[in-house]
Amino acid sequence: MTAQSRIDVGEPVERTILAVPGVRCAGCILKVEGGLGSLPGLVSARVNVSTKQLSVAHLPSLQVPALVEAMRSLGFEAQPLTQAATARPDGESKRLIRATAVAGFASMNVMLLSVSVWSGATGATRDLFHLLSALIAIPTIAYSGQPFFRSAWTALRRGRTNMDVPISIGVLLVTLLSLYEALTSGPHAYFDGAVMLLFFLLVGRVLDSVMRDRARDGATALQQQTAAGALVIHDDGRSEWLRTEALQPGMRILVAAGERLAADGIVEEGKSSLDASLLTGETRPQPIRQGGEVHAGVLNLDSPLTVRVTAAGQDTSVAEIARLMEEAGQGRSRYVRIADRAARIYAPAVHTLAASSFLLWLAMGAGWHQSLLIAAAVLIITCPCALGLAVPAAQIVAAGSLMRAGVLVKDGSALERLAEADRALFDKTGTLTLGRPELVNASVMTPEQKQVALALARSSRHPLSAALRRALEAEQVRAADLTDLHEEPGRGVSALYGGMEARLGRGDADGSLSTTLIINAAAPVRLTFEDRLRPDAAEALARLRSLGIDSSAASGDNAASVARAIQGLGLTAQTSMSPQDKLHAIARLQGSGHKVLMVGDGLNDGPALAAGHVSMAPASASDVGQNAADAVFLGDALMAIPKAVVAARRTLRVVRQNFVIAIGYNAIAVPLALAGKVTPLVAALAMSGSSIIVVANALRLRNAAR
Amino acid sequence: MSGLALLIPLALFLGLSGLAAFFWAMKRGQFEDMDGAGMRILIDDDQPLPPPAGDPS
Repeated sequence: MTAQSRIDVGEPVERTILAVPGVRCAGCILKVEGGLGSLPGLVSARVNVSTKQLSVAHLPSLQVPALVEAMRSLGFEAQPLTQAATARPDGESKRLIRATAVAGFASMNVMLLSVSVWSGATGATRDLFHLLSALIAIPTIAYSGQPFFRSAWTALRRGRTNMDVPISIGVLLVTLLSLYEALTSGPHAYFDGAVMLLFFLLVGRVLDSVMRDRARDGATALQQQTAAGALVIHDDGRSEWLRTEALQPGMRILVAAGERLAADGIVEEGKSSLDASLLTGETRPQPIRQGGEVHAGVLNLDSPLTVRVTAAGQDTSVAEIARLMEEAGQGRSRYVRIADRAARIYAPAVHTLAASSFLLWLAMGAGWHQSLLIAAAVLIITCPCALGLAVPAAQIVAAGSLMRAGVLVKDGSALERLAEADRALFDKTGTLTLGRPELVNASVMTPEQKQVALALARSSRHPLSAALRRALEAEQVRAADLTDLHEEPGRGVSALYGGMEARLGRGDADGSLSTTLIINAAAPVRLTFEDRLRPDAAEALARLRSLGIDSSAASGDNAASVARAIQGLGLTAQTSMSPQDKLHAIARLQGSGHKVLMVGDGLNDGPALAAGHVSMAPASASDVGQNAADAVFLGDALMAIPKAVVAARRTLRVVRQNFVIAIGYNAIAVPLALAGKVTPLVAALAMSGSSIIVVANALRLRNAAR
Repeated sequence: MSGLALLIPLALFLGLSGLAAFFWAMKRGQFEDMDGAGMRILIDDDQPLPPPAGDPS
């Protein structure tokens, strides 16, 4: 069911996609769709559980913040996604699935006809069956073969060769020969082999593509927006919520406490402190006043600011980082995947073999027709059917296992590169640490104070209040009953607790992360917060070392706070690094022959993530970080990284085994083909047999991430 | 042999209609939300019956 309300058609309807990571069950669907149904201005709302997205059609009068607020009151965190994040190029998977369906249909029917030929049909019946097979197979090959023909043609035009070249030549040659056989009532037609080959190979391609889609969906659902938009104040006093893409220089935007800036600008009104850790990695809040310059992606901590936009969208300071990333990513696009590396050796060998068998038989006095038929049989037999399945089957099984363990790997090449990493570089804030303030001294409060503090903290959206609430809720504190709750922006929350005044407010102005709790003008209780190390950081680093991967830290933060944060980890660290410096650090390491695994989260790590041989980011990372990284890990545990490395290495091992199996199969089948002993029946058996073995071997990776 | 003239077109027709059904389902977005589809079947969107008009007691 879909939440719907009747609305006059004719009004413009807007479409908004929200990421809702919390929907997991039938009850959630019902709660969200039913709960939103009563919202004025809503046309329809539909939850997609697989992608964890909510698609809402609504009238312009219903603005996005109201939607997010409505979701919050239903108990779900929702993040509006920018247009760029939701535009999904999903054409490829669907085209491949259609091609596979057609090839599957055709191979079943052709096989049906072929089996009757093999079991003894002769004369007119055999010719009829061969012609029928041709009728089914030729349109199928023209349709389902396209992905291979196109890729082979692209490679050949650039003077290169890949796995698709022998496949295309083999399939086309075999089809033409079989057509000739069918028309001249010959005894052997290989239509079944050609179509089945396409089917198996397409299954491999679909697996590869589905894996990319699934990881991308997961990553999109988790993407934390820098800011999806801002509240614009027009000169006539009207205010309107606009998407980031629609912001223009010169506009005035109001940034509430706890909100991220959507554009670069200059502060016109207000005084607050900013958390710029996303841009610089520096966690300490920075004070900002009228006339100060602010950047997109920075978090406003204390009180509302009015900002005049100076640059928006592609012109922000973020654009500089984006350009660095583009340059940095070029090295990685030169990486050649293991299947293509194998094809570089395999394809010429196969072609030489087929050509020489043709010449040999011709020289030995066989007719050109028979020689060609034998050459075609060699091509069909050696066609890398098992090879084409060997890599994607292993990788998708491993990626599925990693996904269950909380690591989303973006594609197969990421798994291959992860297996090769022998050096790790960690960012500090948000990577080695949790990237959010955690209450350090909960024990200074009495149980009663805790109850009051929880009730106060719940009513505020300040990051420190949120941290306080998390810490107290984890201790299962019950909130006290408060009356007259109100929040003064920049000062704190206050309320009446049984007739006494209770206040949770700003700590000392020394810039450290702290807040004070005062009940009935008694001595204030100072609560301090710290961005703490991930709980298993030391363990994870030790595990990486035992895997032969040395680690070090690279941070944009100053030396003192880095030293404090990572003490006890035994890491060397470079500090106060700009994004450019991190790039240089990686280039130096890679120059000395290391394959660097970069782990980072912030916008400032973006270029480094793109430049590393392989990169990982926590799910709490900025969307730039998540987009640049090859893999994203969920949750607080850093142990996910060594786990992923182990799984990637196991995958590579299985892929190599599969190659060995494929080569072993060729070693037996090729001499038979060369001797002219391969009938269509033998080809069909050999092909499916080797594919099944390879897939079964890949299934052993089901628990690779344990 | 005359059986073949009937059975082969029949087999092909059945296969093709299965293929067409699959294409149709893909185009209609039936596979967009595999997890959700499995859960939606559990949602009970029937309204409870209104209480009987004349209360016997």
